[in-house]
Amino acid sequence: MTNFKPLALTIIFCFFVSSHCTIIIPKNNNGNLIQQTCKQTPNYAICIQYLKSDPRSSDADITGLALIMVDIIKSKANTTLNKINQLIKKKQEPSQKEALNSCAGRYKAILVADVPKSVAALKQGDPKFAEDGSNDAAVEATTCENGFKGKSPLSNENIAMHDVAAITAAIVKQLL
Amino acid sequence: MRNDSPYTPLLNNGSHNNNRNKEIHLIVFGFLLLASLITFSGYIASNNNVVSVVPHADVSFSDEVTKTNTVVSRGVSAGVSEKSNMFLSAAGGNKVVGESESFPWNNTMLSWQRTAFHFQPEKNWMNDPNGPMYYKGWYHFFYQYNPNGAVWGDIVWGHAVSRDMIHWLHLPLAMVADQWYDSNGVWTGSATLLPDGQVIMLYTGSTNESVQVQNLAYPADLNDPLLVDWIKYPSNPVLVPPPGILPKDFRDPTTAWLTSEGKWRITIGSKLNKTGIALVYDTVDFKTYERKENLLNAVPGTGMWECVDFFPVSKKSENGLDTSFKGDDVKHVMKVSLDDDRHDYYALGTYDEKKVQFIADDLKNDVGIGLRYDYGIFYASKTFYDQKKDRRVLWGWIGESDSEYADVAKGWASVQSIPRIVKLDKKTGSNLLQWPVAEVESLRLKSDEFKNLKVKPGAVVSLDIETATQLDIIAEFEIDKEALEKTAESNVEYECSTSGGASKRGALGPFGLYVLADGDLSEYTPVYFYVVKGSNGKLKTSICSDQSRSSLANDVHKQIYGSVVPVLEGEKLSLRILVDHSIVESFAQGGRTCITSRVYPTRAIYGAAKLFIFNNAIETNVTASLKVWQMNSAFIRPYHPDQKR
Repeated sequence: MTNFKPLALTIIFCFFVSSHCTIIIPKNNNGNLIQQTCKQTPNYAICIQYLKSDPRSSDADITGLALIMVDIIKSKANTTLNKINQLIKKKQEPSQKEALNSCAGRYKAILVADVPKSVAALKQGDPKFAEDGSNDAAVEATTCENGFKGKSPLSNENIAMHDVAAITAAIVKQLL
Repeated sequence: MRNDSPYTPLLNNGSHNNNRNKEIHLIVFGFLLLASLITFSGYIASNNNVVSVVPHADVSFSDEVTKTNTVVSRGVSAGVSEKSNMFLSAAGGNKVVGESESFPWNNTMLSWQRTAFHFQPEKNWMNDPNGPMYYKGWYHFFYQYNPNGAVWGDIVWGHAVSRDMIHWLHLPLAMVADQWYDSNGVWTGSATLLPDGQVIMLYTGSTNESVQVQNLAYPADLNDPLLVDWIKYPSNPVLVPPPGILPKDFRDPTTAWLTSEGKWRITIGSKLNKTGIALVYDTVDFKTYERKENLLNAVPGTGMWECVDFFPVSKKSENGLDTSFKGDDVKHVMKVSLDDDRHDYYALGTYDEKKVQFIADDLKNDVGIGLRYDYGIFYASKTFYDQKKDRRVLWGWIGESDSEYADVAKGWASVQSIPRIVKLDKKTGSNLLQWPVAEVESLRLKSDEFKNLKVKPGAVVSLDIETATQLDIIAEFEIDKEALEKTAESNVEYECSTSGGASKRGALGPFGLYVLADGDLSEYTPVYFYVVKGSNGKLKTSICSDQSRSSLANDVHKQIYGSVVPVLEGEKLSLRILVDHSIVESFAQGGRTCITSRVYPTRAIYGAAKLFIFNNAIETNVTASLKVWQMNSAFIRPYHPDQKR
């Protein structure tokens, strides 16, 4: 059994070393990347909130984080478009109806143009088109909001879309 | 001794096998313990945000607070991109006061936006110019195209031909995304015409895994002057991202030029962190390449270099030079498209073939940090040597500056600039001149001439011309000499983009023309000069194109583009403007400074569009002479076999 002792000691030694040795261990911790990325966007808190709420963010690179945000643009646009369509069905003043119809067109554009081109741009490796798409989503939301003469029934949605889009554009900019 | 039982107790020294077993078991157990400890520690660490492999960075929370009740732009400093910023400031303002057009973009307005004599496909999205060349009697133009919609995506190569670079005929798509090495995009490329008559096309493919590679293609039939069909080299790709270059930072191969060794040399843009670089490769057959160690050029802080272009210009002649031209009296031009800011920059310099180096004449104005081809919307540009007319011709992609909603509604997006000849400005020696190819003048119809108009300070004068949406304008302006002498010196640095535009009056400017203006001036686009008398009595002149009042719509760009333009002793201020519906191309001092803009009026369209001359300078009259031609359409249309022209 004489051969065994050095080996056993080695193993016991490693045992103790590794119990203190968290630094050499490869991490699956993306928290730092998310923080660094969000610091370079116009709204750190919202950026963190959205990214952390998506499980994919834990092992995403910056492109992946941008894609998550584009997904959020998409889902918000869908939700808002549904709300717009509901509002249109109700009785409305003509000016309100006109504004709502215009908003429907704007949010449709986000869904058929901005989102697909941003996804393609990020996946295929020409991210500047995703920056354009995100910026445009903010424009569409703002234009929708400005179409209401009186109170806008979509202020929360438009502001949210603008904020999300601005964050997305800022994340994409980090890829350029 | 004989073992009667099958299992010998471990204490038996004589059984070497069993001893080994025991050791092995303990070692294995030990390692399992070690492994489980490692895994456990890893698990703990991954849930611990504080411990990190990276040097500990500042993780303090930003205390930026969103104003949730307003839609005001937070500005560039807070990270909001310039692009969304420029819409919001207009939109926000218009909601409260002033006229605005909340629901524009009816069919009348949108269909007016299509140009009459600029290249564009019949519908859908276009971007970079590709592989321009002259071959067997035809000018060829290829372009990035989306056959499926009015936004970028599904990119393939469109194709068109022309006898004169103005009257284009659409041909079938030249290349589609049908190979693994370009299935995610048949991206930008350039043509090289070989002395033996071969036509080489090198282009970037985005592979099925979105890696950027370079591919070779060539015409299926060199005897077809229309070069309709193309073959992709079966062993593509011919170049893949080299070590140290990321797979998405390797695109847009240039036209090749001959080295003294008789090899062909190309350059491809890329980046290392934030330094834009140009990689160089030599080849004999365009199939195998030798990477040159040196970078043709590198400029820190400029980011990814797209659509690199590299060519010689003559110091003596007014003609162009073949890309391979060697000789004295030559300067080289290096041009890059910056991914970061969507602008095209160039620098003049010298090329050392042996060292594989381009050195800018003025390093402070190296590529990416100095001169731009165009101070408006002009990107991914590319030149080619036109051997028919011995000139170098420049193409530039002119994108839209309206909303995606409008692009989807109108069913198309983007046009190309009118092709421009490019040559060295012999008078300054430090910049290029660009000028629309002479063939555009074949579109000129009737003209109106105005000689020595004296425009007083504050005057806005309507020019009586028939229509004002398809124009070629050549104008000259002069400031009063006495006013120039009397005016106080100023150390103001006039910057078009922050100047407030044509309505901000100064001593010696702004003055110029309002294009695409309606009679009430509710919409108008000033293109103007602004002169400042500097602290040494020297004049500094800027040329600007002002979109801020160009449209009542809220979802279009309202920026003011422009730059300083060199004006030499004895020169009058000269301006050429091509107006073609939603595109305005302006050329100051014979093309020393160019500005292309997109304009989307809601009222100043069709017959309602007018042309004005104006002088908003406070201290000087302006004397102007101009000639305004109505421009015909180029009738760009699909090619038909029985086409004679």
